[in-house]
Amino acid sequence: MSAVLFIFFVLAGLAIFGAVALILQSHPIHSALSLILVMLCLAGLYLLMGAEFVAAVQIIVYGGAVMVLFVFVIMLLNAGEEERTNFSKLASFAGVPLALALAGLIAAAIANSTRHMPAATTGELTSTRELSKLLFSEFVYPFELTSFLILVAILGAIVLAQREHH
Amino acid sequence: MVPTSYYLVLSAILFGLGVLAFVFKRNIITIFMAIELMLNAVNLAFVAFSQALHKSDGEVFVLFVIVVAAAEAAVGLGIIILTARNRRSLNVERVDLLKL
Amino acid sequence: MFLIVPIIKIALLVFIVLTADAYLTWLERKVIAHIQARWGPYRVGPHGLLQPLADGIKFILKEDPLPEGVDKKAYFFAPFLTLMLALTSLAVIPFGPDITILGYKTNFGIADVNISLLALFAITALSVYGIALAGWGSNSKYSLLGGLRSSAQMISYELSLTLSVVGVLLMAGTLSLKEIVEMQHYSSYGFLGWNIIGFSKDHFGFTQIIGCICFFISAVAETNRVPFDLPEAESELVAGFHTEYASMKFAMFFIGEYTAMIAVSSLSTILFFGGWLSPFPDSWTLTHYIPSVLLVPLGLWIIFDGIRYETIFGRIVLPGLGTVLTVVGAALFLFPAANEIIQGPFWFFIKVFAALFFYIWMRGTLPRFRYDQLMDFGWKFLLPVSIANVVLTSAVLLWRSHG
Repeated sequence: MSAVLFIFFVLAGLAIFGAVALILQSHPIHSALSLILVMLCLAGLYLLMGAEFVAAVQIIVYGGAVMVLFVFVIMLLNAGEEERTNFSKLASFAGVPLALALAGLIAAAIANSTRHMPAATTGELTSTRELSKLLFSEFVYPFELTSFLILVAILGAIVLAQREHH
Repeated sequence: MVPTSYYLVLSAILFGLGVLAFVFKRNIITIFMAIELMLNAVNLAFVAFSQALHKSDGEVFVLFVIVVAAAEAAVGLGIIILTARNRRSLNVERVDLLKL
Repeated sequence: MFLIVPIIKIALLVFIVLTADAYLTWLERKVIAHIQARWGPYRVGPHGLLQPLADGIKFILKEDPLPEGVDKKAYFFAPFLTLMLALTSLAVIPFGPDITILGYKTNFGIADVNISLLALFAITALSVYGIALAGWGSNSKYSLLGGLRSSAQMISYELSLTLSVVGVLLMAGTLSLKEIVEMQHYSSYGFLGWNIIGFSKDHFGFTQIIGCICFFISAVAETNRVPFDLPEAESELVAGFHTEYASMKFAMFFIGEYTAMIAVSSLSTILFFGGWLSPFPDSWTLTHYIPSVLLVPLGLWIIFDGIRYETIFGRIVLPGLGTVLTVVGAALFLFPAANEIIQGPFWFFIKVFAALFFYIWMRGTLPRFRYDQLMDFGWKFLLPVSIANVVLTSAVLLWRSHG
């Protein structure tokens, strides 16, 4: 087991643990913390694959801005714990094994079809310079469109957060 | 060296867990977080393919997905705040009538 | 094992930084006291030098209460997160040029990554969580308000922090901090090559003084220091987000804040003031003896002051300290190899010390902003000025590369 494979399994295990914790936690703030853990593990996986700029952007934008927004909203709205309901017994006895079987089937199909693809961790880094050349030459139109999209989102958020004028 | 299929299986598992959270949770904010989890799983698949095929197009696309997710989170959370103020509850099962 | 050298470097760095934090609190109390025409700590050890030790003992021995109804995960995780992020941000900072000790070539920082500047911003972005979780997990209205206000302030000033650096990045063409320092190295111009003046003959530069001022103001707001420290001011919200924290957990917030201060000062010296470069041109080799020239008289003065000190303890400790400094200064004069190694970190230390002194000076002099004034200033003034700096720098660089 090489060091890279070991690090992959640690990060992947932590990510799956975070995702399961998202489902099992009752308070939304704990779910938010688990999601932040998932995002940090994914940033680590991007670094493992050599995509360093994407990893940094993931932490700065997703982990440092989007999730902060979620945490703010949970604190502002004072979201409480979720109520317990009675799940149907059929769901837990037949549903969960069936879902696991479906997931296993999909995983087997994916693994089978991509078996002959080259390895994803090739040990070479994607330079930021190359990424920016692509971004500003081939993808310049989507780039400008996303700036417009952010402007629309800002305007939408301001309109939604206004106090009502009676 | 980690084969590409490992990353894709991880991406599929995370996506499936996101779908599970989306279906089973009742708090609207948690459901929104499940959407973000699904987007992250897709990002992982994009980057894995981009590295395996030695083209950086996948990573550029990941940047766009992150930006769109951020914009969507901003507007979506604004809507959630308004709805929560009007209905006084964050439980999606209570928001099943058009009448307040 | 290839991990031995990094582990030694990490242990050394953590030890040095934590000691520096402790004596930074001493320096802050002394400087603010002298600004306010009083003496500051004077009793605990000669010239108050053992005050940080006394504070440390107090923090360890104090009772650690657990308020009722706190959210245990958030309450216990928040100070740990703050301290961990502040210390991690020091991993990517280069303190000097590549050195060769005993035939082993290594860089003078812990990690040398291609995107060290982005990594530093990523860690700064995550440090918002420490404060937000501390405010929320404390089950107290004042903490929640202070935490929310402080987090909103931090994310607002993060924007102008990152944008004010883009001018430097345009000139450097790289995100690596070490290469940004190398770019400012012009042997016949000395300090004129620093980014604050930006005079260079190899590539096109533009003075980054607007960027430096924006960066420094945003950094002060990021680390929640005066004049932006409303969320933790004692007369406003009790103590803001760390109201319900006592002893060791409060000490962790405290150390985290000072370490963040050191990290941000180091970043500003690397980006704008030439990092570990000497302000004199390389051809003036006599200036390599400046460390000795500073240390030897300083040591002699401490010996002279210590001999006539009031307490017996002071009369033993101070001359001892002075002798150590004199011996080190003389050794640097006599061994040129050690002198070469010490040049980079010496200038780095002097510049970081100047930046920290400026921080403390601002704390002693300025009143604090009201919260709405603070947010107005960040969004309506600093952000447009940073963007204008980016536009101006890129316009000048484009014009000079064509004409």
